[in-house]
Amino acid sequence: MPKLSLTHFEMAIVFALLTSIVLGVVTKKTDKERLRYGLQTFGYFVVALFGLAWLMYLGHG
Amino acid sequence: MAEATLSKPAPSGIAAILLGFLIPGGGHFLLRRSIRGALILFSVAVMFLLGIAMRGAFFQPQGGDLLNIIIYCGGFLADLCSGAFYFLAVAFGYNQPDVAGHVHDYGSKFLVGAGLLNILAMVDAWEIATGQKD
Repeated sequence: MPKLSLTHFEMAIVFALLTSIVLGVVTKKTDKERLRYGLQTFGYFVVALFGLAWLMYLGHG
Repeated sequence: MAEATLSKPAPSGIAAILLGFLIPGGGHFLLRRSIRGALILFSVAVMFLLGIAMRGAFFQPQGGDLLNIIIYCGGFLADLCSGAFYFLAVAFGYNQPDVAGHVHDYGSKFLVGAGLLNILAMVDAWEIATGQKD
């Protein structure tokens, strides 16, 4: 099997997506709440990803 | 009554945890939550396979200072919690050494992440089986 090589951004997005699915499934009580929480969690991951990326970019000088 | 239910779990709770440990999402399938079980199985499987595809390393328990013990023993336990995926990978001879490189590093984290997601799924299956949630 050839070694998979993704960028930091792609890997972080895939990680966020898969983690959000499970967090949505196990956390809330109704399907509507689960879907909402999963999307919300994914959104938080993406915001944190861009926030930290900018922080590192600006901190690096 | 509620205390009695919590302190003495139903047999299906233990069965759900054991099945969920071996096959991610298996506990949910056992408890007839098929869609949720399928979502868990999909997420854990994809995360684990991506970790393997990125040539991530499995953690092995190590001694040393406290932080070292926590990281390596915790990582090993999390790897182990991927259940059948972990055992199959080891049985088929997957033995990636821990080498430098961001792709390998992400791979190791994906492998650990898959196990951690399965722990969440097992706890959820337990709560469903013991009537703490639907």
